[in-house]
Amino acid sequence: MTALLEVRDLRVAFGGTDVVKGIDFSIANGEKLALVGESGSGKTVTALSLLGLATNAHCRGSARFTGNEGSVDLLALPEPELRTIRGRDIAMIFQEPMTALNPLFPVGNQIAEVLQLKQGLDKDACAKAVVELLASTGISEPARRAQAFPHQLSGGQRQRAMIAMALACKPKLLLADEPTTALDVTVRAQILGLLADLQREYGMAVLMITHDLNLVRKFADRVAVMENGRLVEHGTVQAVFASPQHAYTRKLIDSRPKRDVAEAGPDVTADAAPLLQARDVSVAYPVPIPGLRGWLRKGAFVAVKGVTFTITPGRTLGVIGESGSGKSTLALAALGLQPYSGELQVTGQPWGRGKASDKALRRILQVVFQDPFSSLSPRMTVEEIVGEGLLVHQASMSRSERQQRVLQALAEVGLQEQQFPNLLSRYPHEFSGGQRQRLAVARALIVEPSLLVLDEPTSALDVTIQQQVLRLLQTLQRERQLSYLLITHDVDVIRAMAHDVLVMKDGEVVESGSVAQVLDAPQHPYTQALVASVA
Amino acid sequence: MATRPPSHSPARRAWARFRRNRLGYWSLLAFCTMAVLSLFAEVVSNDRPLVVRYEGSYYFPLVRDYPETTFGGDFLTATDYLDPFIRERLAQDGNWAIFPLNRYGPKTLNYFAANPNPSAPTSENWLGTDDRGRDLLAQLIYGFRVSVFFALALTVTGVAIGVLAGALQGFFGGKTDLAFQRFIEIWGAMPELYLLIIFSAIFAPSLALLLVLLSLFGWMGLSDYVRAEFLRNRQLDYVRAARALGVGNWQIIVRHILPNSLTPVVTFLPFRMSGAILALTSLDFLGLGVPPGTPSLGELLAQGKNNIDAWWISLSTFAVLVMTLLLLTFMGDALRDALDPRKVDHVPAPETKA
Repeated sequence: MTALLEVRDLRVAFGGTDVVKGIDFSIANGEKLALVGESGSGKTVTALSLLGLATNAHCRGSARFTGNEGSVDLLALPEPELRTIRGRDIAMIFQEPMTALNPLFPVGNQIAEVLQLKQGLDKDACAKAVVELLASTGISEPARRAQAFPHQLSGGQRQRAMIAMALACKPKLLLADEPTTALDVTVRAQILGLLADLQREYGMAVLMITHDLNLVRKFADRVAVMENGRLVEHGTVQAVFASPQHAYTRKLIDSRPKRDVAEAGPDVTADAAPLLQARDVSVAYPVPIPGLRGWLRKGAFVAVKGVTFTITPGRTLGVIGESGSGKSTLALAALGLQPYSGELQVTGQPWGRGKASDKALRRILQVVFQDPFSSLSPRMTVEEIVGEGLLVHQASMSRSERQQRVLQALAEVGLQEQQFPNLLSRYPHEFSGGQRQRLAVARALIVEPSLLVLDEPTSALDVTIQQQVLRLLQTLQRERQLSYLLITHDVDVIRAMAHDVLVMKDGEVVESGSVAQVLDAPQHPYTQALVASVA
Repeated sequence: MATRPPSHSPARRAWARFRRNRLGYWSLLAFCTMAVLSLFAEVVSNDRPLVVRYEGSYYFPLVRDYPETTFGGDFLTATDYLDPFIRERLAQDGNWAIFPLNRYGPKTLNYFAANPNPSAPTSENWLGTDDRGRDLLAQLIYGFRVSVFFALALTVTGVAIGVLAGALQGFFGGKTDLAFQRFIEIWGAMPELYLLIIFSAIFAPSLALLLVLLSLFGWMGLSDYVRAEFLRNRQLDYVRAARALGVGNWQIIVRHILPNSLTPVVTFLPFRMSGAILALTSLDFLGLGVPPGTPSLGELLAQGKNNIDAWWISLSTFAVLVMTLLLLTFMGDALRDALDPRKVDHVPAPETKA
């Protein structure tokens, strides 16, 4: 049997630097190959270069594709011929369906466009085929959804529409670039199941690009591991997972967060005064009301409904939920950055008792955000960013003393002057994602808070880096008796970090208790689905 | 990491990208040279000598007026150094005078010209004279200076007002934003040109009055951009983190959001300057601009229109105007490219694993 796609010594360069440094792999008909690697390993570029979609890239090597019309080298093919192959023989689905779909057209029209271009169907046949395609991806009411604009669909539905579009011409090979990364965990499993079903039904081959090993284990036949533009390991899923040969593969497989927190005895927690206490906290956003009535008043969208919790010193409260469940809003309310109703007390003091009182509370409560790129001002130096808290809370401090404290805080999060010369005068763009997250932790730590609000602190990081940051947070907790309010959508992170858990759905707490209780014996169906999605 | 390039702020990197655009960079150099030269216009083009040596003593007519009697004339009026009689006296034994490159000031009437006014270019008046006998080259030099520095002042005031208004609107949002936005709509609907005509009828025309009037209307386009940037930046995590630290509103505006919101402002600077130059020129052309007697490109263009056969007036003025606007546009293009976040540096940022 000849391979459907045979890639030999593929090299992709951008402006003189090789991003993909000579990789070989092949996919047989109907095979599911997973290309695994961290961000920057060149896996997406590999897929894009196969379709000639990598802009400004210089590709060498060969990629022999054996379709219905004989065998061609995709890299050597002129653009017009490549265009006929795209969509018809090889289709692609992308990570973020919101940006991959045109917001100005109904999804049905976008799918119909493919059918018109590639199969020359007339209007009525198209409309019928579109509804059939959407139905095959499991979208409810496909006839109505075909008329919907992308923003009117949920994330899962959008990805289903994308899949329908990719499958419109029954391609022989589907390139799936992180197809589930942007989706909620419970939806991920559904989309993955759908892809597996359709793959079997259409008998197509799938090249799945992902960083998620869970997904690989569930979905793929074979796996290829990429590191820095090279394939370091290649084999069947069972073989690679059972006995990984390369150190990097072992590191990846081993990168599930590990639990290493002080399990405080019950005597400590019972007596300690609570650091943060919330009773019946609700947050509502004003939303416009359509029609004339909206001119005079605003409606209210209740993002958080009556949440109650307590955090005591040295413990971590994990809040888990999907996007839109109100967990980040809860974090903002706890920080006093979002108006709320109900009772919220930091060491017994509520927010909003005047400037001086709030300022004192801010020293107790600090925050680390999700995105390490937007959480540091790109035009400030490390010294300015980390030292800002001291400017606010200890304004009388001399500059040299402040520098000392900044260096101390940086050393505590593992950033040393020896490793980064002129550390203080550097700008954030010179640091990687994990290092930036360390900077954000240092900025919070410098005012010596007792409680850190961690809003998805590791979601934007690669798995191996995620593990390092979590380990840092665990160490800091043990050394400083820090408490954490940990907001995340990742069950593994909760399992590794939290003492107590709140499960949120649509603004409400559906389940709460100790981490063992909630994750090992979930009661609520939603919690059960969450826990099942990572098992 | 043994070696690493020195730390560069985003502004430094943008400057490096700007320098890489050769056309823009040379335009900046040329424009700055022209602007600085025009600052010293009195030394370059004037109707008085820089230094005079007359019968054993030194005179500095550039800074002091001397009566004609000083140089053997009959009258107590200020010396006209273009007078053939005075020239003759200064050329006598032991006397000398250093004249500027161009021997005419912006208001100097050449009474001793060989040709009728307006005179075509001659060896005396290198670009000819206008219909009142004033030297065209001198007028262009001084007119350029007035235009450029008026435009600079207008840009500075417009940017200051625009940034302030946009920042307040964008930062506080909500009702403040709404109120300001309605005010801008009403203010922007005022007929600017009619107001200028009315005001120039009421008050004595002057550059300061023009500056005030044009500034009152010139800030609105910019404030929209700054407002949008503030609206975007104020909900970014680094602003939230600053709030969580307890940083005050004013500090957040100045230290955190403003430096990250200035890209559109800087990008538009050259275009705003060329717009301001053009505005002044067209007002002068219509006679609503600078007070009569002030050298101005617009007034020269009007003369060129009135004396259509005196091709040297319109052609040279047109050339100066095109040159200036073109340089500013090239600079603007380069600046826009340099500040475009989608453009990548050729030197990749050092990446190390955490």
